[in-house]
Amino acid sequence: MLYREAGQFKSTYAEDQQIFPIRQDRIALAVFLAFALLVVPVIGNQYWLGALLTPFLIFSLAALGLNILTGYAGQLSLGTAAFMAVGAFMAYNFVLRVPGIPILLAFVLAGICAAAVGIVFGLPSLRIKGFYLAVATLACQFFVLWALQKFGWFSNHSTSGVITAQQIVILGYAFDTPARKYLLTLGVVAVMALAAKNLMRSETGRAFMAVRDMDVAASVIGIPMMRTKLLAFAISSFYCGVAGALHAFCYLGTVEPEAYSLDLSFRILFMIIIGGVGSILGAFLGAAFITLFPIFLSLASSWVNDLFGVEISHAVVSNLESIIFGGLIIFFLIVEPQGLARLWQITKEKLRLWPFPH
Amino acid sequence: MTRARLAIATALISAAAFSGQAAAQAKEQFVPVNSYWVGPYAPGGSGIAAGMIDYFKLLNARDRGINGVRITWEKCETEYRNDRGVECYERSKNKGPTGATLIHPLSTGITYSLIEKGTTDKIPVVSIGYGRTDASDGRVFPYVFPLMTNYWSQNTAKIKFIGMKEGGMVKLQGKKFVNLYHDSAYGKETIPILETQAKMYGFTVTHIAVPHPGNEQQAQWLQIRQVKPDWVILRGWGVMNPTALKAAAKIGFPRDHIIGVWWSGAEEDVIPAGQAAKGYIAAGFNAPGADHVVIGEIQKHVYAKGQGELEDKSRLGTIYYNRGVLWGILTTEAVRKAQERFGKGQPMTGEQVRWGLENLNIDDRRLKELGAVGFMQPLKVSCMDHEGGGAVKFQQWDGSQWKVLTDWIASDQSIVRPMIEASAAQYAQEKGITRRDCSTEK
Repeated sequence: MLYREAGQFKSTYAEDQQIFPIRQDRIALAVFLAFALLVVPVIGNQYWLGALLTPFLIFSLAALGLNILTGYAGQLSLGTAAFMAVGAFMAYNFVLRVPGIPILLAFVLAGICAAAVGIVFGLPSLRIKGFYLAVATLACQFFVLWALQKFGWFSNHSTSGVITAQQIVILGYAFDTPARKYLLTLGVVAVMALAAKNLMRSETGRAFMAVRDMDVAASVIGIPMMRTKLLAFAISSFYCGVAGALHAFCYLGTVEPEAYSLDLSFRILFMIIIGGVGSILGAFLGAAFITLFPIFLSLASSWVNDLFGVEISHAVVSNLESIIFGGLIIFFLIVEPQGLARLWQITKEKLRLWPFPH
Repeated sequence: MTRARLAIATALISAAAFSGQAAAQAKEQFVPVNSYWVGPYAPGGSGIAAGMIDYFKLLNARDRGINGVRITWEKCETEYRNDRGVECYERSKNKGPTGATLIHPLSTGITYSLIEKGTTDKIPVVSIGYGRTDASDGRVFPYVFPLMTNYWSQNTAKIKFIGMKEGGMVKLQGKKFVNLYHDSAYGKETIPILETQAKMYGFTVTHIAVPHPGNEQQAQWLQIRQVKPDWVILRGWGVMNPTALKAAAKIGFPRDHIIGVWWSGAEEDVIPAGQAAKGYIAAGFNAPGADHVVIGEIQKHVYAKGQGELEDKSRLGTIYYNRGVLWGILTTEAVRKAQERFGKGQPMTGEQVRWGLENLNIDDRRLKELGAVGFMQPLKVSCMDHEGGGAVKFQQWDGSQWKVLTDWIASDQSIVRPMIEASAAQYAQEKGITRRDCSTEK
């Protein structure tokens, strides 16, 4: 009833081509963004902002990066965490070694470094596909971590290989509290998500999807294979690199190369599989599920304890959390193999008909 | 019931539970117990958490807390992961009437992530037997306490012990060492001090990394066989330790020439290796065994009433459990010390506990009162020195239990301290911290 596009007429090409063609979507998004920007920092406490929302946004960005590569361009990659590591360590080094560099510029440069690494390790994609490519990107995962540990320059010769991110100051304004770091992260993520959404509607994005759906056909209709695949690797790695920089600067503050292990690459891959492969919204939904749900489960177990006064052995609770989480992943994949984003799409279609479905 | 109603009911229940938590509490000292009960490091995490909580239960039951202030705690699962560790810290830091007393991150990686957060929030980050070594310089790290013994001190004691075995430090000349380390911030922490000591005593050291979690070590031990070292230093954690011992047995490397650090020297590290572990030597900063007075008290006041934390009572008196009890002692003693200055019988804030930690002085007399003579070493912390102890005992696994080999072996602070100060000074410069002047501290 409320969610209906009847009566919204498009009279110009610009109107017809806008990102959100339905007015209700535009309003909802504007309200949502305004809420996230203005209300959340005021009502959220340090725990919510610093420990839940900031990592959620950062992992959304990384998942978005992987989704560009895997979901849109069809190139399977297991090097996401390595690209994040490049971003984190290079951002640290740019701030350390270039005096007076604006921090956002350092983030962008770090992203470009990650993109360069991505291009190098994307080269095998010109010859191999699918699972074999995944194994090739695995090399990137191991090589990058090895290099970060082997060469002391990356961590400024820190004895334990750990880097401590510098303070974030933009135009004399210090981003030092969880609320400010959250706002910075939100800003970066919102801009980059918008850019990604637009990119996927452009010629480049369509080329990506053509390569994904059938690369022989794509090259026959004149899409340059090498340029498109490497561009996908570059853009994806850029997103992951910026996510890594944010991860180090806005979230943990101190990172070691091991934090970006293969385990993290897999987690980000699961985010896009659960959220929805080839969907911008899916990256956010998947990141929310993978990062926030285990925490919710662990909180829920303490609520159950308080409520019923039964002290369940903590070892049992911790193991149960993993079991429930794993079970839910299987459940979601059976119910909706195309991910949470598809569920949302179905909801939207139903909403259009509601309350008269027949 | 329709799905919608079910959802509303669930939401209501969780909301009720959430508001129930906020009920007013008074005269309570809240200590977060962030540890890990799942994953490859669970034996360590669960044992330490149980020991610490049992000691709190003992104080609550026997002495009605610390001068009448009951100790409360809440467990949080970190999975030994940095992001979950930070989440647990943020979750627990404002609980209780005065917030978190202090935080035991229980992982070197998480400690690194919490140093700045703890300093900003005025919550002491206490890493007993792990963590950032150069934080022993309290002038640069006011809120970080690597108590008892840090990794570098342990390392000098270990080299000293090997020297004793070889018949004098001069005999170390030309010897070959392998440092088999867990590839993490924890594992890498001793590389610089080993290099320094290698130059001093004329031995060579080969560093070989084992990736997390360490259940695959064939390549590493093949390399060790090629190096043919005189001694292997095992800097392992969790499942890496029994795997290393089994691999050593396979290539026939004598187990009594493997020296483990204190995170490689618990029952859980050797029993899975079976016979392969016999003769293996490890360091320790707390004594094993259930025959200590304080463990007896816990049995009497906690376990006799069926309130113990351990489901498997045979773990009482194991290395990790006893280490947890030791952490409990240090935590509560710091609060007690803080109460002496800021008000007896009052809950202490993190800032006040920081003072308590910095002025902690557990001498032999106090050890006796605590029932911990021989259980731990005396400890005296100061503004300059956030480490306090610095001595290590060595123990050997005889196939069924740990036998203590030595008395407390003091570390060589003449090597460690200058390195700590240099490293801390570099950190201070990078972060723009001005060092505190310890003579003006009260």
